[in-house]
Amino acid sequence: MSQPVANCPNCGAKIVFRWSSSVQTVCDYCKSILVRTDVDLKKVGQVADLPPDSSPIQINTEGKYANKSFVVVGRILYEYDQGGWNEWHVMMNDGTSAWLSDAQSEYALSSSSKPLNLPAASQVQVGQQFTWNNQRYTVSVITPAHYRGVEGELPFQYWDKTDVTFADLRTESRKFATLDYSDPEPALYLGEFVEFDDLKLKNLRNFEGW
Amino acid sequence: MSTSAPPPPPPPLSPRPRTAGLNCPKCGAAISLRSFGQAITVVCGGCHSILDAKDPNLAILQQFEAITSVAKPLIPLGARGKLRGTDYEVTGFQRRSIQVDGISYTWQEYVLFNPYKGIRYLSEYNGHWNDISICKTLPTADFGGATYLGENYKHFQSAEANTDFVLGEFPWQVRVGEKAAVTDYVHPPRVLASEKLDKEVTWSIGEYMYGREIWDSFKLPGDPPKAWGVYENQPSTVATNVTGVWVAFAGFAVFLLVLMAVFDMHAKKAPVFNHTYQFNRAEAKNEPSFVSDEFELTGGTATVEVKSYAAVDNHWIYLNYALINQDSGQAWDFGREVSYYHGYDSDGSWHEGKQADDVTIPSVPAGHYYLRIEPEVDPSLATISYTVDVIRDVPVLGIYGIAFVALLLPALLISWRAYTFERSRWSESDHPPVQMSSSSGDDE
Repeated sequence: MSQPVANCPNCGAKIVFRWSSSVQTVCDYCKSILVRTDVDLKKVGQVADLPPDSSPIQINTEGKYANKSFVVVGRILYEYDQGGWNEWHVMMNDGTSAWLSDAQSEYALSSSSKPLNLPAASQVQVGQQFTWNNQRYTVSVITPAHYRGVEGELPFQYWDKTDVTFADLRTESRKFATLDYSDPEPALYLGEFVEFDDLKLKNLRNFEGW
Repeated sequence: MSTSAPPPPPPPLSPRPRTAGLNCPKCGAAISLRSFGQAITVVCGGCHSILDAKDPNLAILQQFEAITSVAKPLIPLGARGKLRGTDYEVTGFQRRSIQVDGISYTWQEYVLFNPYKGIRYLSEYNGHWNDISICKTLPTADFGGATYLGENYKHFQSAEANTDFVLGEFPWQVRVGEKAAVTDYVHPPRVLASEKLDKEVTWSIGEYMYGREIWDSFKLPGDPPKAWGVYENQPSTVATNVTGVWVAFAGFAVFLLVLMAVFDMHAKKAPVFNHTYQFNRAEAKNEPSFVSDEFELTGGTATVEVKSYAAVDNHWIYLNYALINQDSGQAWDFGREVSYYHGYDSDGSWHEGKQADDVTIPSVPAGHYYLRIEPEVDPSLATISYTVDVIRDVPVLGIYGIAFVALLLPALLISWRAYTFERSRWSESDHPPVQMSSSSGDDE
């Protein structure tokens, strides 16, 4: 696994990319949002301090999924009117990346999927059904959310976005899908809900008294 | 991953979860957030203001009056207990109610929190508890039932649940007076519930728990409240599987039949004595009893059947017998009545008794025997003839009947108890069983 090393253009701190395909990262020291260009890193913004959070996961948390080990390298924190949730960007040991979502301790793993003819945001309604990879999904809820903060490495530039609409799709099994309307072109993530214990997580955050 | 990779830089300290240091903007009472960032709303214990837990200033979202009395949680907020191997802390409490036929039924719900495992819930109604978590997969519901993880649930009740009283923290926007459409489906000991608020439907799965388990988990003092009645998903107190009981019963019954057939086949059923006697009242006065000819009983110790026959017609005859072993003098005394009555009355024809009687004497050793017979005869009869038959080694069928009944009774009892338990359960549902007096049919 390549580990490109660069320096933060803002404060000079060493920036290590743990995932070779990372496009964006946040300097651990000065909180500059850095985007990779062909030659170097460019500071594109600054993250505000993330609000207090209840997630037991943190950058560098390790775990296992589908017989592959993974490590958490980045994070997006979303907020909606019922609270917030984290999408942890994880790097699998086969070099692929995935998302470990943690919404009030409901854990799910998903990864980007690229089928054709995804419905536009205006076309999606609760109760509607879609079939991808021979699996039928039902739209359960459409959530307008906004992006609250980022941390670590991400596979795309995500520093200038504010509002985003998600459509959650459920199935009769643990599988689910998410339609992400943050870009003009909709993005689809397919995944499944997982049990906390099954992820065999290490390097978890410590909670005082627990 | 390469092991030679330099260790990543230490992550900056993440902000500590808030645990204390907040005050109610209304009354100033201290507010502590036990479930960290998972709390969406928090209720001030002092003035019952519902506060926005996401707001650093704890904006007041709603203020409610505790209408009748302040409900007191049976498990205090902040109590910790081990549930299914994980420690949970009670962070929220609410009382809810439904109205059925003008009667209000209230129950309590507890929000439990573990920073790693998240939220689960306990509910309590009339001393019945349920351990509840949100469904991770979507159940399918249709008319009369629902399916979840391959298991079928029967529709139990649909109602509108009102939130009456709240305390502590909730991972959703809780409001007093909010009404949700709730539907319960049962598959004891589990209950599958859907809750519809606005457009969002939440499914949860609960498993029945006994108050004692809750008390042990949370180390609560005293005794849990007594459980009243039968709850919708309470496992039947008839622990035995009723179908299994009947299968076992059928097995034993077949075994008995086979046993009976085998013994019947092996019984010799050998006639050893037959004689017809004439009763004459005049002669009997002098000599009321007499002895029969001698006969031999062969084989080992076995049964002896004595058959009596008399052509009685609205009369009776009573025969005092003694079966006597000529060699040892051992005697078996017994008396048999042969009577037959018949006639007509307002209900039509009737009859009672038979012209024949038989009795089996168990365990009679081999040897030479005779019968001593002392007849007593209906006074209206001057003479009557009667026949006595002795048959060696007949099967005893009565014990099979007794064994059959002995097996049948517990099976019936278990079935009855299971039936009455299910009746009690479903009498509280939207599908009460029909009244027992109206017909013999049941609901299912």
